[in-house]
Amino acid sequence: MSLTTILIQQLVNGLVLGSFYALVALGYTMVFGVVKLLNFAHGDVYMTGAFAGFLALSLIGGVVGTGWLGVGLSILLSMIAVGFLGVVIERIAYAPMLKAPRLSILITALAVSLVLQNGILTLTNGQVIAVSPKLGFAGINLGEIFINYKQIALAVMAGLLMLGLELFVSRTQYGRAMRAVSVDKDMSELMGINVNRVIAVTFFLGSALAAAAGTMAGAYYGSISFFMGFLIGLKAFTAAVIGGIGSIPGAMLGGLILGLLESFGTQLPGIGSEWKDVFSFSVLILVLVFKPTGLLGKSEQERM
Amino acid sequence: MSSPGPQSVESRPSAWGGLTALLDTPAKQITAIVIMLAAMIVAPWVLGPYATVIITNALLYAILALGLNIVVGYAGLLDLGYAAFFAVGAYAVGILTVTFGWNFWATLPVAVLAAMIAGVLIGGPTLRLRSDYLAIVTLGFGEIVRITARNLHITGAASGISGIEQPWLFGWQIRTTVDFYYVFLGLAVIAIIVSVRLANSRLGRAWLYVRHDEDAAEAMGIDRVRVKLAAYIIGAIYGSIGGAFFAVNLTAISPESFSFRQSTLFLMAVILGGMGKIPGVILGAFIVVLAPEVLRDFGAFRYLIFAVGLLLIMLFRPSGIWPVRVRR
Repeated sequence: MSLTTILIQQLVNGLVLGSFYALVALGYTMVFGVVKLLNFAHGDVYMTGAFAGFLALSLIGGVVGTGWLGVGLSILLSMIAVGFLGVVIERIAYAPMLKAPRLSILITALAVSLVLQNGILTLTNGQVIAVSPKLGFAGINLGEIFINYKQIALAVMAGLLMLGLELFVSRTQYGRAMRAVSVDKDMSELMGINVNRVIAVTFFLGSALAAAAGTMAGAYYGSISFFMGFLIGLKAFTAAVIGGIGSIPGAMLGGLILGLLESFGTQLPGIGSEWKDVFSFSVLILVLVFKPTGLLGKSEQERM
Repeated sequence: MSSPGPQSVESRPSAWGGLTALLDTPAKQITAIVIMLAAMIVAPWVLGPYATVIITNALLYAILALGLNIVVGYAGLLDLGYAAFFAVGAYAVGILTVTFGWNFWATLPVAVLAAMIAGVLIGGPTLRLRSDYLAIVTLGFGEIVRITARNLHITGAASGISGIEQPWLFGWQIRTTVDFYYVFLGLAVIAIIVSVRLANSRLGRAWLYVRHDEDAAEAMGIDRVRVKLAAYIIGAIYGSIGGAFFAVNLTAISPESFSFRQSTLFLMAVILGGMGKIPGVILGAFIVVLAPEVLRDFGAFRYLIFAVGLLLIMLFRPSGIWPVRVRR
């Protein structure tokens, strides 16, 4: 394979990986924008989404098959179910804590993450579960480069979801309310915005996007486990920080950048795939040190 | 020192509240400490070898939880990668004794120094940032340390390091379970004394101030980054010493002993008992170690019980089982 072929192949891999990161990063950034909370449990919401999608696929697989239609429907079902799970998590765990010291709410988020992780661990006995939808191995051949239909579908799906979110936030009334709350929560309340409902909608959307990513990851990689959310939670956070936390376009951009950095970074001499995670966490630390506001974020003064 | 913070509660009329209130009065405290210490000294002879091993482990957790408590409870910083310092201490001892043939006692200062350097490297740049950024950076750092240990040749890759020689002290080799029990008991006592002294020091008061109101603290001339870094480094020292003795106790270490799960267990010990409160933290450490023994029948389910317990504590009793009481 020539160098160009390798580069293009890595570009495709990076974009696929980046789509996952971007979808999960959106949830971090939206929740952070609205309630200023770092939702540690978000990676585990993604994981729960993967399991919900797997469950949905097993249930409807008999009727619609486990092909493209089945996977598409299971993504939708998983998004709805996990979206509501996100709302429930917010109501039970975060809403009573919003006025508590920051340390307490961070630990609560960690506790939620552990509950989800250990809940699924208990349900699955810690087993890795194989997901085998019938999506085939066909793809497009461009000379020496091979692009799987799954990869194309994934990128298109991620793109559509992000476009939909962007339209929702910029065009609808809820979107406007969401932006208002993220600028000034108290003032928005005075202006008659139902802040609690805006928060609920934010959690629903963030969790649904993570669930879509989780279900797609299950179908794409072929296996799911209770621990799959941990790493991607960290990576997606990194992506959100690269793009500027609180910024929606930033999360998309950050996800793609991190995906590309990872897939090209592991091609560099001396950085094998076993160093991939160290590579991205180092990127996180470097960004936080040198540009903590990220690429598209606004600087803000922290108020304790 | 008398400002009631969010973590302080008034005494409660419940039985448990009455007991902790009783134990919080200085005169009773000394009696309680003497009784506890006497009980701990005779424990291995009464409870037998199995219980001795478990309690030794609980003492190790108590030492680490006390160290993490300085970071989380005193300075109010969330550290999700505390196992990293534990790993640095254990690996420093493992590598220097096995590969380079050093004496264990000579490796201790190196282990501490290595952890301090790691603390400065990771804390120095990030302590200026939002407190929640620190939490996630420490999480990433914990993973970096574990993955590095798993990939490097010198750390023995995935299988780790084995055959670590147990230390000699005045011609006596520390090797039986009872020997190690007393070593960890001694370390725990030192850890407690240092923690108490720190809490009542100038630095301790600065931590309290920074924890309650960072801006006001800064206005009073406290350098908040330096004060936080001090907490971070002292926590790292505790972790590395715990790790060093952990390595010689087990004589073998592997990367999976230093996972994120470990870090959360240490954190749970701190939070369950009551952040910032020394007896609470020790109680928390014992619960974290003993509960899985008691809940053994529940199998994998016990971790879920733990997680739900942590969530319930945060929601209904955020200051822990044995919280900080307002000092008058």
